[in-house]
Amino acid sequence: MNTDLPTLPPGLSSLVRGGAPAAETAPVKLDVRDLNFYYGEKRALDGISMAIYAHRVTAFIGPSGCGKSTFLRTLNRMNDIIPGARVEGSVTIDGQDAYGPGVDVVSLRRQVGMVFQKSNPFPKSIFENVAYGLRINNLVQTKAELAARVEESLRAAAIWDEVKDRLNDSALALSGGQQQRLCIARALAIRPDILLMDEPASALDPIATQRIEELVYDLKKDYTIVIVTHNMQQAARVSDYTAFFWLGRLVEYGRTDKIFTAPSEKLTEDYVTGRCG
Amino acid sequence: MAVSLKASRSSAGRRRMDVVFQVAALAVLVAALAGLGALIGDVWRDGAGRLSWTFLTTFPSRRAEQAGIYHAIVGSLYVIALTAAMALPIGVASAVYLEEYGGRSRTARFIELNIANLAAVPSIIYGLLGLGLFVRALGMGRSVMAGAGTLALLALPVVILSTREALRTVPSTIREGSYALGATKWQTIWHQVLPMALPGILTGLILSLSRAIGETAPLITIGALTYIPFAPDSVWSAFTVLPIQIFNWVSRPQVAFKENAAAGILVLLALLLTMNALAIVVRDRFQRKGRP
Repeated sequence: MNTDLPTLPPGLSSLVRGGAPAAETAPVKLDVRDLNFYYGEKRALDGISMAIYAHRVTAFIGPSGCGKSTFLRTLNRMNDIIPGARVEGSVTIDGQDAYGPGVDVVSLRRQVGMVFQKSNPFPKSIFENVAYGLRINNLVQTKAELAARVEESLRAAAIWDEVKDRLNDSALALSGGQQQRLCIARALAIRPDILLMDEPASALDPIATQRIEELVYDLKKDYTIVIVTHNMQQAARVSDYTAFFWLGRLVEYGRTDKIFTAPSEKLTEDYVTGRCG
Repeated sequence: MAVSLKASRSSAGRRRMDVVFQVAALAVLVAALAGLGALIGDVWRDGAGRLSWTFLTTFPSRRAEQAGIYHAIVGSLYVIALTAAMALPIGVASAVYLEEYGGRSRTARFIELNIANLAAVPSIIYGLLGLGLFVRALGMGRSVMAGAGTLALLALPVVILSTREALRTVPSTIREGSYALGATKWQTIWHQVLPMALPGILTGLILSLSRAIGETAPLITIGALTYIPFAPDSVWSAFTVLPIQIFNWVSRPQVAFKENAAAGILVLLALLLTMNALAIVVRDRFQRKGRP
């Protein structure tokens, strides 16, 4: 029995773990079963089960340290590079076990893209930032094709008009919001299936945040998006589904409107109304 | 209570200490520089008269007035270029392995400790190693190759240590960004980590080469101290280097040779400064790349 996590308040025994929200017609893209995650001896995630639907935006909310970012990073095995990290349970993507034997983690990450909390453009030109993923994965044959894909990605990330005249300038000269959209363009360039976003707007001003949110809304046509956010208004605005995490556990998961207006759990209600957390 | 902008007694005392320390630090700096300045001035007085184009372009001679330093300049350049060519790739590759692949195993820590110790080993020991390994066992003789190999061994620990430091300064967000795009570990290291670490790597290389170019003892050990009336024309030639030529001249009784030695020191200093300036320019170019 794990002792790192305090016991949840009473009333949470009736968790809707992994319960598929009713009346969803979209196929399941990611299916997580009984996922435990450890940093060394410390258990950071406890028995997470949930289904994430294709072409929907799923938001993870919860207080700092509740495990939502850790959980996000188990979905593209980004935690693999942390020494001492260990995963139990299963993550299935389109029916295939992401942690199964013989899984090529490089190819997994190519299909499950990620945008980080702090924009992390490479210290190269704007063009090279987007071209990098295409080059290393051998996704384009000719220079013209490369240029076309770069433009397409920058357009998709709604930053093309701002940078088209200075593609060879350093990416570090861009503003914070532009850098983050460049990172989104970079992630989109390799055409992933799923896009994981770890608090993509937390360091941005309201206008830049709004642009990112509009972008997320547009992108769900083509991608399955999972977004971690601290900002509950943001979760309410952009997501179709919301999962509420608390102390390494998934407390409640369901349609966003239901989570915010009629949550089943007292703890969820307290959190979304700002009474706790 | 109203705000008082006047100095209180305790704040006046603290400010006085501030001034005292600033003056003390300045005094120490001036003393150090004055010592160095006096040394260079002394060498300049002795040697400046001998500096001439002829001095730079002629070979050594038994007559001090006709002796030049051309062979030693060429020898030094040959040796240092070859040392850099050996120490940089081997040092960087070792550091990349230790830092990126080696993990935290017992063996890795043991190797790490040994490298740190090697950096402090007296250079004459490297000379003995070079003599046994390059000159005798590998049959290179008293060649430029053997000399450069010895100096490369001497330079390696510092190159490895500074490269590891430089690799550690690359933010993990950059590595993660690369991994998240489906890059392999090697692609991440080659395309992102090494370019970002390059300025730090070059700084380490400059430091270790600056030390190597002034080394005398290990090269004497492998037999570079010989009268050589020609410049090396291949890596297998016999050679001498500037510090050895200076040592040679200093150990002669005639005053004229002492002047030659002083002039040689000035040439060595100039070469060292030029080399460092060049390396710093190269480093800054890399540093600016990608920066706004």
